Formats: sequence, structure tokens, C-alpha cells
Amino acid sequence: MQLNDEEQAMLAGEAGEACRWAIEHQLRVGRYFRAPDLVRVSQAHIMADTESLGVAGVEWLERLAARPGSQVCIPTITDPRGTDFAAAARLKQQEWMLALERRAIAAFQALGVLMTDTCINYQTIMPAVLGEHMAYGDTGVVIYTNSVLGARSNFEGGPSALAAGLTGRTPRYGYHLPEQRRATLLVRVDHTPDALHDWGALGGIVGRIAGDYWQVPAVVGIDRIPGSDELKHFGAALASFGSVALFHMAGVTPEADAAIDPSLPTAATITAADIAAFQAAYLNRIDSVDVVVFSSPQLSLFELRTLAAMLDGRRTTVPLIAITSPQIKPDADRSGITGRIEAAGGLVLSGMCFYQSYAREMAEANGWRNLVTPSAKLVNILGGYGYRPALLSMQRCVDAACTGRIAV
Amino acid sequence: MTEFQATAAMGKRVQGRALVAKDGFSARYDLDRIAGTFSRPEHKLVGQSYVGRILVLDAAKGGVATAWMLHEMAARKVMPAALVLNLINPIMVQGAALADFTMISGFAVDITVEVPDGALIEIDPETAVLRILAGA
Repeated sequence: MQLNDEEQAMLAGEAGEACRWAIEHQLRVGRYFRAPDLVRVSQAHIMADTESLGVAGVEWLERLAARPGSQVCIPTITDPRGTDFAAAARLKQQEWMLALERRAIAAFQALGVLMTDTCINYQTIMPAVLGEHMAYGDTGVVIYTNSVLGARSNFEGGPSALAAGLTGRTPRYGYHLPEQRRATLLVRVDHTPDALHDWGALGGIVGRIAGDYWQVPAVVGIDRIPGSDELKHFGAALASFGSVALFHMAGVTPEADAAIDPSLPTAATITAADIAAFQAAYLNRIDSVDVVVFSSPQLSLFELRTLAAMLDGRRTTVPLIAITSPQIKPDADRSGITGRIEAAGGLVLSGMCFYQSYAREMAEANGWRNLVTPSAKLVNILGGYGYRPALLSMQRCVDAACTGRIAV
Repeated sequence: MTEFQATAAMGKRVQGRALVAKDGFSARYDLDRIAGTFSRPEHKLVGQSYVGRILVLDAAKGGVATAWMLHEMAARKVMPAALVLNLINPIMVQGAALADFTMISGFAVDITVEVPDGALIEIDPETAVLRILAGA
């Protein structure tokens, strides 16, 4: 890989040992993908919950942070953490989990990382600009940023996002290259979804069709401009089910006209029946409900407002958990939304994400197995954690929380 | 001895028994990392131990957590010996780079068809070659 003088100096350790580790790591990754050089990035976003890091990862972070001069050089922010400290006891999370979280937070802060703890930074912190290069973690953040905003990022796991924060660069391969951003398969949709869980199901179906990171689906046939929350759920599910980092949507996303070759053959046509079948496949597994979760991605203020309205005058009989970002939560508090949800028995958490918060241990501690959610991404992940998840509309999730059962 | 040339590899040379499936790989989605088994109900290897095996699978799947999890699994030594994939994604490479884990990817054939389950195989990252040393 071609390195300029500044990057050679980093490799020689002149910018500190942490920076030398970072550029060595980037060279190993870049060489694997035959990257020609490094590209400057504007922001880095680090996924680093302690269930993923483990003790070994936290100790590794602490050693890195202890090296002299270890500081990020670009705005570097964090994905959700493994807990909301204010609610950890109610979730029956254990003290060792919280202690590990505190150590990870201290290490990140020592490195100059901003603890934003959000997976919806494109809605709340600073959205990327068309053509801007980023080093983002969280697949939902990457796919939204690439597709809806037209910026450029690969999936950057925690170590690589941190490396980008330290060097201000990332290897130039994958979706940093214009030629990789062209659509590779075309999916026609003959039914534009209405509800968020339908958008998630559509994303899941397209993800299964695409199947791997290097596919760039083009979605044709959407008959209106979807909102940010709709594209958030679509993208998060597409990234989760397909490991896909970029899609184009004809008439919607900024690069679609240039990136979709009209002669591309149609790989599939997705109907309303396909979306219903996708959801029914999960629904068939359960009838009673142990826990209802609104998360993954974290909820926007508008999703929280919708949830509050559905809960007004009702009372939950099983735990209902709604998770948002630390940026949204104060607005929800000030506007009375949090109070309305909690008056119905719900719990509003911030700065965490359900599946990143020791989901297996929470299930065992609370006796949770049957879970319902409007998040297609969450149902895709939680099976491996021992849950039996079902994908329902927000309204049916609220009904399930109030009755303990799934209405037919 | 049969050899397969890959487009890229990293890590140390390793030998081990292959655990093969035409399915994906994500440490977060697919594994019980405490028990060292595949736990995703839909996965073709569900219930099987991956510890010490060379996993021969189709495509990298899921999110970004594997980039940390390979390092965490290696620290506890509840870990596959290596990972062989037809299709890689950046997360697997980033995770392998941090964990100093052996990985190889990109073949002219479907490697999950060519390698018999249980075969003794070798990964040579220096030449990006997978060798079948003995059958199942």
C-alpha cells in the first residue's frame, strides 16, 4: 500500500505507539483487500459493547489508552453500550457487567472518544454528506450512511473504527471506491410497505436474496418517498440479513440513477404476500409473550411518540422495553413522552441496545424466551441467544404487552 | 493431496479437522461463545462444537461484533483453529487481524463442496493455499 510521508511517520511510531498499532492494523486489513492506499475520513463510529469485547478486549483497550499520546484525531463516537446504568437492576444485569462497562468507558474517554452511545447518529449527531468518507461501525449506520446519504464507508468493526479515529484514515477498498458502488442485482417491489415492521421485513427479504457483503441491491417500484425511520428499519434489516452495506432505491436514494444499470436482470419481485410470509414464519413459533422490545435500531423521538399514544390509557402485563439514544431521551422526557410510556408500565432506556446488552444473561435472569418486537433486525439476531422472537407491528406489540398473548 | 488457491489469507499456518457447511458465519448471530457451539437454530451446524476445528463455510454474515469477538474467543481459547470462507466481509478480516487468527477466502470453486466434512486440512497463509491432507 502507498503511504505518504505523514503515514510513514505514523508507522515509524512518531505519532505514538497507539497510532503505530492503528496504522499497522490498517495495513493488514488493507493488504487483504488490495487497497491501494489510505483515504482520509471525517468521523469514526465505534461498536464496542462489553459483551463483544469481553475482559480481554477491555484489557486491550486499557493498555492502548495507557500509552503516551494515545488520542483520536478526528471526531470519534460510540455505538450503544451494554447497559443503561439507571435501569441495570431492573434488567437483572450483574455487577460484573457494569464494572466492565465502566472500565471500557474510562478507556474510551482516555482516548478522547465521545461517548454518544447511539446507533442512530445519522438522525441525531451529525449526518454525513454525499461523497464524504467515513469509518463507521454498526451495520445499520453504515448502510443508511452509504445508501440514503450517499457517503462512503465499509463496515468498520470496533478495532478498525478505533484505528481510523487514531490515524484519521481508513484503507481505500470496498465502498470507498466508486466502481464498487454500482448495483449488482435488481429487486422489484410491487407493494410499498406502510408500517415499520413491514419495511424491516422487506429489508430482510432483500438481504436474504443479496446474501453477502459485495452485493449492492437496487430496489425498484417504491411508489413514494419513505421517511427516515422507514429507511432506518429497511436498511438495518437488509444489513442484518444480508451483511449488505449499500443499496440503491430508484427515485429515493441519491446515487440510484447513476448506479442502476437499466439492463440489470430482475433477481426477484417481492409482493405483499412475501412480506406477510416472512413475518408469519416467526409468528408461528410462539403464542404467549415474555417480553416486548422496541429497539434495534434505537427509537427516534417520533417512534417514541407513536408508542406513547398507543399506550395511553392502557396497562402492560409483561415487561415492555423501549430503547432510544442519550440524545433523544431528554427530549422524550421534556415532552412527556417518557412519562406516558412509563405510566402504562413501560420502561424507557437510553444509550444501550437490547441485543448488545448481555441478551443471553438477561433472558436467563428474567425468564424471557418468547419476545415480540417490530424490529426485523432484532428477530434475526436473537434466535442465537436462545430467544423465540416474533416480528409484529407496533400496535400488535403493544397489545401483546397488555395481554401477554399475541392476538390472532 | 489436493490444493485450492485462494485470493487472500492471513495468520499462521495451521492444520486441523474441517467442519463444513454451506452456511454463513457470524460470531454474534451464530455462536454460543461460552459453550463453544453453534447456537442459531437455523444454522446447519447448530449444536456442534467449533472448538479447534477449521470452519469451512460459505459467506461472512451479520454485523460488526465479530471484529471484537474473535479476539475475546482467542483469549479464552474457546476458538476455531481457522476460518475458510468463499466470501469474506471486512469484519472478518478486521477481527482476524486483531486476534492474529488464521483465515483464508476467495476460491475459484465452492470450497464448501470441495472439502469433505471431517477431512484433515492445512491452511498456508503465506501462499494463500488450502490443502486436503487426508479424508474424513
